[in-house]
Amino acid sequence: MQATSPQPAISMSFKRSHARKTQILVLIVIVSNVLGNVSLSRGMHEVGRIVSASPAAYVKALENPWTLLGIAVLIIWMLTDLALLSRADLSFVLPVTASAYVLVAISGHFLLHDHISWQRWTGIVLITLGVVLAEETPDRTTNGSEESHS
Amino acid sequence: MKWILVGIIALCNTLGDVLNTAGMKRQGEVEDLRPRSFGMMIKRIFRNPLVLCGFAAMAVSFFALLSLLSIATVSFAVPATAVSYLLETLLAKYILREDVRWRRWAAASLVACGVVMLSF
Repeated sequence: MQATSPQPAISMSFKRSHARKTQILVLIVIVSNVLGNVSLSRGMHEVGRIVSASPAAYVKALENPWTLLGIAVLIIWMLTDLALLSRADLSFVLPVTASAYVLVAISGHFLLHDHISWQRWTGIVLITLGVVLAEETPDRTTNGSEESHS
Repeated sequence: MKWILVGIIALCNTLGDVLNTAGMKRQGEVEDLRPRSFGMMIKRIFRNPLVLCGFAAMAVSFFALLSLLSIATVSFAVPATAVSYLLETLLAKYILREDVRWRRWAAASLVACGVVMLSF
């Protein structure tokens, strides 16, 4: 209840469907972020050491299929992230999409049987709490016509 | 070298997100999830200087991250990420004029701490 809507006539069902579309974008952003980074990280480890200012070294890294797939998925991530930022606050999007970290850790545990130390469990719990807290705030508190709520 | 890369990643990441948010808000909402709407969004981005600058910052951050990943483990990128969360929330409040109250500050701080703990 932080933001007062500038258009009181706006219907509840419109608001709900607006919020649902934002939630779907959040979901796509999280999943594409996880898949993109996992395959990019795998690709770069196969490619090996690059510290170079020359673009040639990076172009060579593109010969690896995992690197290529990772970049393709991260382009999808970037576009959905931009669409999400056109609808929601940055300070809402950031903590909420951090659930990607939790997803990586938990899927590593169940799919690859990674050991999760108590420090990592603490991290998972802290991030989840952050996500839940941010989810309780309205997804957008600004509007196009420079109205501020201070 | 490692810490210089970490600094570049944190700064460019923050700058990129803030510029992209400002640009996308000015450009207007992507109203639905149809491919057509995304096509329109992409077309308009090419005439949106804020988002184009945001992309440039993101590109620098991305190549710095690639370099960092090739000389260090993924966990080395963690401090950069943790700092970005707090810096971006600060800029969201004072530059983007978002309504950041205790819940969002707490959320950003919990996530930043969580990201650090996850790297152990």
